[in-house]
Amino acid sequence: MKSAILPCLLAGGAGRGTPAAPPAGAEQPEEARFIVEAAFYEKQPYKKIKCRLCPRECVIDDRERGYCGVRENRGGVYYTLVHSRVCTAHVDPIEKKPFFHFLPGSEAFSIATAGCNVNCKMCQNWEISQVRPEQVRATYLPPRQLAAAARENRCASIAYTYSEPVIYYEYMLDAAEAARAAGVKSAVVTGAYIQQDPLKKMCQRVDAVKVDLKAFSQKFYKEVVNGELKPVLDALVTLRKLGMWTEIVYLVVPTLNDSDREFKALAAWIKSELGLDVPVHFTRFHPDYLLKNLPPTPLPTLERAKAIADAAGLHYVYVGNVPRHPAENTYCPKCRRTVVERAGFTIKALGLRKGKCQNCQQEIAGVWS
Amino acid sequence: MGHDIASRRGFLHRCLAGAALARGSVQYANAAQAGSQAKSRVVIARDAGLRGAGAALDSGRLLKLLDRSLQSYFASDSPLEAWKRLARPTEVVGLKVNCLAGRGISTSVPLVEAVCERLQQAGIPAKNIVIWDRLNSDLESAGFRLATGPGRIRCLGNDALGYETELTAYGSAASLMARTLTEVCDAVISLPVLKDHGIVGVTMALKNMFGAIHNPNKYHVDAGDPYVADVYMLPPIRQKVRLAICDATTAQYEGGPSYMPHWTWPFNGLMVARDPVALDYTGWRIIEKKRAEKGMKPLRAMQREPAYIATAADAAHRLGANDPARIQVIEV
Repeated sequence: MKSAILPCLLAGGAGRGTPAAPPAGAEQPEEARFIVEAAFYEKQPYKKIKCRLCPRECVIDDRERGYCGVRENRGGVYYTLVHSRVCTAHVDPIEKKPFFHFLPGSEAFSIATAGCNVNCKMCQNWEISQVRPEQVRATYLPPRQLAAAARENRCASIAYTYSEPVIYYEYMLDAAEAARAAGVKSAVVTGAYIQQDPLKKMCQRVDAVKVDLKAFSQKFYKEVVNGELKPVLDALVTLRKLGMWTEIVYLVVPTLNDSDREFKALAAWIKSELGLDVPVHFTRFHPDYLLKNLPPTPLPTLERAKAIADAAGLHYVYVGNVPRHPAENTYCPKCRRTVVERAGFTIKALGLRKGKCQNCQQEIAGVWS
Repeated sequence: MGHDIASRRGFLHRCLAGAALARGSVQYANAAQAGSQAKSRVVIARDAGLRGAGAALDSGRLLKLLDRSLQSYFASDSPLEAWKRLARPTEVVGLKVNCLAGRGISTSVPLVEAVCERLQQAGIPAKNIVIWDRLNSDLESAGFRLATGPGRIRCLGNDALGYETELTAYGSAASLMARTLTEVCDAVISLPVLKDHGIVGVTMALKNMFGAIHNPNKYHVDAGDPYVADVYMLPPIRQKVRLAICDATTAQYEGGPSYMPHWTWPFNGLMVARDPVALDYTGWRIIEKKRAEKGMKPLRAMQREPAYIATAADAAHRLGANDPARIQVIEV
């Protein structure tokens, strides 16, 4: 198991980029406490159910689980097995998610449960995302204790991340409600492979969403992600329509999703469907899981992607996983001055005042406080 | 209340006292090697009186049925000679059962008892027999009693020993293998059930090995094709499974993998083969025939034809034969 991910609450210790301290009162897991009736499913004859959470719409027999591996049909009632079942927790800079326009310089209490509703061949957290809940160590962290832990660790937000928060949907929403009551925001890091109704409900509870747009081709989604592109695009459009702060990460995988044609189509779609102010992060791929045969993304490829998106007129285009690259900074789209200077996950200088460029007063899109 | 398979140990121990275990030059071929044979044999042994007057299986008749099927398959004069061809006494033999559906349409306890009995009589000590499936709870729900103590037949789910930490991959499949398979078992006898499957069409010998990996939930898309075949290609499976004995005492033609009693019928049989593809193909035809008798559409019309069977037979996999001209079905 990855040491970077799995040192969990049980490991203790708190601080920037380190495992978070267990909240007072956190108890050892008992199976039944993690099991809560799932949202968004329909009952079918013969104790079958159809899951309505993600576009996969698994039809699941009694005693079986869906593709995600964390939701189970028990006698015709569908249950999530991962409510409050946290397998990893860290205090991370929000820039690590990455969110560049959401509370910059703040820290996010970052958690995950086991499971995922896709199976990306380049997954860097597959040891938790591609396993069943009983196959990893976990601790019981109910919503109010999670919110309290975030506050105790001076985190401005809770980030639902690492694996796929869609599959621990019920927990995420309960936690977001508790967090809001405690004055803590909620930021979701997701592949956005989710149906519209649960997405809209989610948007009532959370404050920001970062979407991992894996590619801009159905072929890639089919062959590399084991999912579909269209529902993800639909989710992005809905997020924008509902006014949710949204950022996009596009992991550039050499030879698989790195053509000029794909970058141009992506940029044109974002411009027309989402607008110019959605930040787009072109990030470097590192070989992992089932794509160890490919090299890390060459820097020129990332710069080419950025150049194409810039040329399309997008305002905030970044290069990610390349520390100290100039394209880590946020530039004012009007005067081109640096408004947020970054070095890795650290904010070096902030040239913003009340969300506006200090030089030209141009409004910079984002959630700044 | 579960049956205690290990309780037969004393009796079997007495039976075996002083017995000489012939090893000679016996070949311990694994099941997947059957793909190289000119014609794959599938023995179907049936006994209309298997249940006596009631619904319960008659364990004595079941043992005889098992003997008949094995002797026919191995063309041997005695049952023990057949069993001795499967494993050496020093080897640990895993019995991979299928208990997902609980009582009703899981591998039956009396069949597993009969297999254990014959294995021990063939020289495999009780401590070298392991009954296993995915979860302890699955085994218990099918009527098995968990056992992990020393010197006796073990019965445990993968959750008892966990999984490897490194992935094993072939084609579309990349999984963590159950330690029971990789670290405990030298040889495996697969004991699937003859039944319909609502997503992948049918589930028998090939798909039974989904119980040997950590992530079977990822491999049901596209009616399991090519995933079922690819999972079977994973070396610990391909190299260790030596025989499939499909429990067809009760079969199910619709509504699987869950137990749907109104869609089951008493087939009162066992199917034996080294070739998992030939066995699955033959079983699939039996299910299709029953569906037709009941006025049901063929699986193709239900978008769940088990195409993975053909994939398992293709040039890339060579796990066995799905061509009826290359399958010899022997009914006894």
